[in-house]
Amino acid sequence: MLRYIARRLAQAAVIVVIVATITFVLIHLAPGDPFSAVMDNPNVSEKVRETLRAQYGLDRPVPEQFVKYVNSLAHGELGWSFSHDRTVREVLGRALPNTLLLMGVALVGSFSLGILIALIQVARRGSITDHALSGLTLFFFSMPDFWFAILALLAFTYWVPIFPVGGAVDPVMHEYMGFGARILDRLRHLALPAIALTLLASASVARYQRAALLDVLPADYIRTARLKGLTEREILRRHALRNALLPIISLIGLSFPALLTGAFFIEKIFAWPGMGYAVVNAIATRDYPLVVGGVIIGSIMVTVGSLLADLLYAWADPRLRSH
Amino acid sequence: MTPPLLSIRDLRTYFYTEAGVARAVDGVSFDVGAGETVGIVGESGCGKSVTALSILRLIQPPGRIEPGSRIEFEGKDLVTLGDEEIRHIRGNRISMIFQEPMSALNPVFTIGDQVAEVARIHAGLSRRQAWDRAVETLALTGMPAPEDRAKQYPHQLSGGMRQRVLIAMALIMKPALVIADEPTTALDVTIQAQILDLLVHLQKEFGTSILMITHDLGVIAETTSRVIVMYAGEVVEQAPVDELFARPHHPYTEGLMHSMPHIGHDQDRLNVIPGTVPAPTNWPHGCRFRERCPYSWERPEREHPPLYDVGAAHVSRCHLAVEPERRNNPHAPLVVVEGVGAA
Repeated sequence: MLRYIARRLAQAAVIVVIVATITFVLIHLAPGDPFSAVMDNPNVSEKVRETLRAQYGLDRPVPEQFVKYVNSLAHGELGWSFSHDRTVREVLGRALPNTLLLMGVALVGSFSLGILIALIQVARRGSITDHALSGLTLFFFSMPDFWFAILALLAFTYWVPIFPVGGAVDPVMHEYMGFGARILDRLRHLALPAIALTLLASASVARYQRAALLDVLPADYIRTARLKGLTEREILRRHALRNALLPIISLIGLSFPALLTGAFFIEKIFAWPGMGYAVVNAIATRDYPLVVGGVIIGSIMVTVGSLLADLLYAWADPRLRSH
Repeated sequence: MTPPLLSIRDLRTYFYTEAGVARAVDGVSFDVGAGETVGIVGESGCGKSVTALSILRLIQPPGRIEPGSRIEFEGKDLVTLGDEEIRHIRGNRISMIFQEPMSALNPVFTIGDQVAEVARIHAGLSRRQAWDRAVETLALTGMPAPEDRAKQYPHQLSGGMRQRVLIAMALIMKPALVIADEPTTALDVTIQAQILDLLVHLQKEFGTSILMITHDLGVIAETTSRVIVMYAGEVVEQAPVDELFARPHHPYTEGLMHSMPHIGHDQDRLNVIPGTVPAPTNWPHGCRFRERCPYSWERPEREHPPLYDVGAAHVSRCHLAVEPERRNNPHAPLVVVEGVGAA
């Protein structure tokens, strides 16, 4: 088991290195650099820009910059963020908890909601409820994240202004609030992006879970359960769900990248100060180290997440536990 | 005279498929007495398993038990019983052993849990008590080291062990009737014998009635006292086991017996009944066996035979009962044997 984990972690390291390299090359291939994009000011002379570029080593050939970057990575440094004027580590260190909070809530919320919807559908399979919920999940499944997020923003901050427009806290008042009010302020800001992400992600969970439950129901052991005198509800919740959860656990691993990119869009639209927000802005400002650093952290999250999902699967399926 | 434990009258279970109405069980009547072992024998598709599932009302749509069918058990009609009450009977008063010990157990629960679950539902035992009862029952089925085995998962057990688990599950509530649907088909021969011995032994110990469903006349001979032969959704012959083996009346029963291979007899090829069971959506008119029958004449074509009395407690659904001389000149059956003749 430990050997398996070690091998998977080694694979994850290789993946992260490859992803980082590709990102590094791609972002340098994109036209412009930090000093042409941000300092788009005619008063800054080309001479000044040249000096700045030389100062940050941006005048060197890309392979040389890459070697330097890898060298600093090897020392545990992610580099300097031009646009934030701080270390990348500091910028991402501040953004990461916000992303983890949003993703965590959406992960737990979407899987709970998705599984619940599927259970309701399968308990009433073939009924109007089942068909209506199928239509609804298909609707959310097909909906582009960003479009739904914009719509939610428009609906609940403008037409019916019950939620704040963006950010993680009230930019002015938060500092002056008491402890309870601060928590409430955070929850109010978290609600809309978290609900949007949860609804979007729960649609696919519900669809997969419904299919997995319907797959399991004709099994002989379900007939055995019926034969024992269990109610249909007990059969569904205990015997069928326990088996039908297995494919959904592997879905958790697969949904990690989607949830992360989904979170990137949602963060940008709701101005949620997470990694997605930071990285999307960094791309616009050609903040190379911040982009690559964000991608490295993101790819670590994805690979570790899928490893955790696989371990969870192996734990949940007694047939795999002994291996 | 005490009424029988189980009394089935005119049971009809139909499946409403796209190909038409499949009359899988079509007017079946028989009794099972307390402590008795009754065998139902027949080919695949003759309606044995559907009969068994009907008794426990486990028929899933598009199938249903037709109104007018009666299944009386301990003074209740199982056909019209409420869902709650039928659940109280399942696993408690009537239990069932399936033929697929591989797939009939839930792969993600320990076998102890799965056996104990029955006692938890029906005896209202606590988790701990039910577990202890499960271990005791597993021990009764000859499971070695039952305390340790109970903590194992189905995939860790052999086929024979899994069948013992199913038997423990079926017997934990000491039911009045156990329906065993091909309980040994999936097992190899030595294990088959062990499982049959176990069933016979447990039946004597608990006084349970057994309805033994099988296509294997050897199993019937070894375990049952009375035999029901089913063909095309109907009972075609019924007799005490010795009587049936000594004097089979229905040509189908005769065919089944001929098709049994005998050890010590030099046989180049197996005697098989030509053809197969017709489709249940389209039972033949008249006698349902006539196309495969070596004695058939015009009467079975016209007239659906009733169950004739042909001996002591012996009935047969064959017109030979009234025209016995027809048995003297067998001919080739009507049915077109595969690969021979025109389509």
